[in-house]
Amino acid sequence: MSSPLVCAQPAPGYSVAFPQERSAFLLSRLSAIPKLAGVAPASRLEVRPAPEMVSSGIREFDALTGGLPRGCLTEICGPASSGRTSVLVAALAAATQRQEACALVDASDAFDPVSAAAAGVDFEQLLWVRCGGKKLALRTRAAEKTKNHQNDRHSRMDDSLEQALRVTDLLLQSGGFGMVAIDLGGIPYRAARRIPLTSWFRFQRAVENTPTVLFVIAEAPCAPSCAALLLKLQPGKKPSAFSHQPSGKTSPAHAQLLDQLEVEGELLHSRLERKPVRSATTAFATKAVRIL
Amino acid sequence: MTAFACIFVPDFPLEALLRAEPELRPQAVAVLEGKAPLQIVLAVNEKARHAGVEPGMTRLQVEACAGLVLRPRSPLQEAATHAALLDCAQSFSPRVEDAACDTILLDLAGLETLFGELPKIGRDLARRASDLGVEANVAIASNPDTAVLAARGFFGVLVVPAGKEAEQLGNLPLEVLFADPKLFDDGQEPERLLETLARWGVRNLRALAALPDVALSERLGQQGVRLQQLARGATSRTLVPVEPPLIFEEVIELEYPLVLLEPLAFLLGRLLEQLCARLAARALATQELRLQLELESGWQEEESTTTHVGTDALVRPGRAPARQAFRRTLRLPVPLLDARTFLKLLQLDLKAHPPGAPIVKIHLAAEPVRPRAAQSGLFLPPSPEPEKLELTLARIAGIVGQNKVGCLELLDSHRPDAFRIQRFAPVEPQGGKPSATRKPAGEPSDAVTALRLFRPPMRATVTLYDGRPTRIACPKRPELQGEIVWVAGPWRSSGDWWQQEGWSRDEWDIALQAETGLALYRLVRDLLSGGWFVEGTYD
Repeated sequence: MSSPLVCAQPAPGYSVAFPQERSAFLLSRLSAIPKLAGVAPASRLEVRPAPEMVSSGIREFDALTGGLPRGCLTEICGPASSGRTSVLVAALAAATQRQEACALVDASDAFDPVSAAAAGVDFEQLLWVRCGGKKLALRTRAAEKTKNHQNDRHSRMDDSLEQALRVTDLLLQSGGFGMVAIDLGGIPYRAARRIPLTSWFRFQRAVENTPTVLFVIAEAPCAPSCAALLLKLQPGKKPSAFSHQPSGKTSPAHAQLLDQLEVEGELLHSRLERKPVRSATTAFATKAVRIL
Repeated sequence: MTAFACIFVPDFPLEALLRAEPELRPQAVAVLEGKAPLQIVLAVNEKARHAGVEPGMTRLQVEACAGLVLRPRSPLQEAATHAALLDCAQSFSPRVEDAACDTILLDLAGLETLFGELPKIGRDLARRASDLGVEANVAIASNPDTAVLAARGFFGVLVVPAGKEAEQLGNLPLEVLFADPKLFDDGQEPERLLETLARWGVRNLRALAALPDVALSERLGQQGVRLQQLARGATSRTLVPVEPPLIFEEVIELEYPLVLLEPLAFLLGRLLEQLCARLAARALATQELRLQLELESGWQEEESTTTHVGTDALVRPGRAPARQAFRRTLRLPVPLLDARTFLKLLQLDLKAHPPGAPIVKIHLAAEPVRPRAAQSGLFLPPSPEPEKLELTLARIAGIVGQNKVGCLELLDSHRPDAFRIQRFAPVEPQGGKPSATRKPAGEPSDAVTALRLFRPPMRATVTLYDGRPTRIACPKRPELQGEIVWVAGPWRSSGDWWQQEGWSRDEWDIALQAETGLALYRLVRDLLSGGWFVEGTYD
């Protein structure tokens, strides 16, 4: 290397840092090299535009994450009774109230219309796909061979999961939905983690640069590297989370039912901010409803 | 200036057949009429004519001709072709006369400002007819009868200038005049008249036009005078406009029964393209497609179930083919006019509901409606395109089942899980103010504790203490076992007690200690059967 601009090792007794006039000189010489004419400095690289954020329907959630990003995958994970479905229903309610067409891919056919109606979901704008009803041909033959009840249950789970993935693929390719939600909450983590990462990348690519919010709830993170936003929910540990007296004066006096569910959420991963993700948590309560 | 156009289809029965089977156009084709074995040739195409086949020959005579395709006459296909011709004419002018099954007249007065000069209108008419699958002659003249004669006599598109009718028609043979049976409905025999004129040495219209009027009237009467006026192009009459009914139907009768979906889809695609072209010619779309498949009679159930039948087979072994006609109706939420979308929807529908027997005849009808007019906006919320959405829904229904996809509707009942699935047709977003029933967007509200249902509910064994559940065991779910750490309830409800399907139940909210914390469930006791069920989990 005969170039005078390269200094591999500092001479003994000299500092590594260049003097200011020396740096300016080097930069001017570098910019004059024809080969580097088309190379933009790192400080001038185009910044990917931040996605549009929409409300999730829960104030505390929005305060923590800024909302749900359009054109990205958002994943909510947590164990049973951690409030995943409540967040999903709230997000669907918010999206349908914005007059957006939404789709819910219900892998375990667990959607409760009464809860959704109470949360304010506009059913006219919601496409509900109930998976698991029709056995796939290959799985059916396999299930016929297995006499074991547990194996049969697992086979049904695999069928549901496969249907959910195929349906999601079709919905995302069709386009035009404001939100596509995949409910894997009833699928055991062992089954859900078998979803190939390429599927999640395909889904993420399908919603990229579209106004669709891809929303997934599951027991544990399924697509951590694809998700733009990953939250973990936990049920509240305080015993006061449960009220023995129902709220509302219209309830009969003898009725003692669940009043509210306390939820704690932690932001595990966010690709929307350039700075390192800090440990951020929130807590909110969901109100139990019952039709009178 | 008045102008009339005539669309004439030579060898109409043959054209109707070729419209249904366009792949036969390069071959020599003859259409037969009558019952076997006394069938005679009704119409032939140019290649068959070169091969020596003429109308009137018997089947026995033409069967010796190599490479000749013989087809029976199809009145249904002729009716469909005639309707297509009317649609073609109606797409240009509202004043259309249905002169004959192969002849359509239309009034072009005032259309030059809309469609251009008369030659251009003539070419456009021929092109539109060709798009509908019919090769037609088009002639434009200042009176309807001259237009008809020119269309019958000249190939392609011809515009007869005003005042030069006799000159243009002069070279036509006399047979052109005698092709219209309506001229001789007063009892006269056209053959005798033609023979008389031939004996006089009159061979073409110019010679007939040159005969002296009075002498012709003395010898042939008013019929002769009328023929002479037609030959001179000097007749004048008003058009008899008809309002063609909005019936869009296409039929194909098959030579051999079809048993696979792929060839059926090929034929359906052709029918759909013709239907869509006809609907487009009338500026209409469709919201309902009715498919009727006539199945082969006498087809018996296959006994052997080991026969390999592909996934696209229309006949499934083991299905009883008791019916003769198979009908499917495709209803769409919005008017569409896309043959490819219709074909895909029909394919998916037939895959899900195979006819069960070989198909010998396909009948497809479209219910016409006004096309959808939508004004899209830049700032409206996203909404799926109706065409894509219909295809997507049909494909999803093929994966999860017909009744497993759609839009929810809660029923007016306190019965648990009372809902029904409807067709998903999202409301198209409108600009302006949101409706009164909607909450304002962007204002988060309090979250509601959602329930995750187990469908069907899981049977459980519950231990009671002092009338309250204290322990639960559910064999199907290992996590649903153990001491109940918290319980609330009961919430008693009942309904429909006046009916057979009455229900009565107590609901309890319970909490179990799980590895990750407390898990909340809804426990239900059916008061009619006494059984305990876990209905779902609060999440």
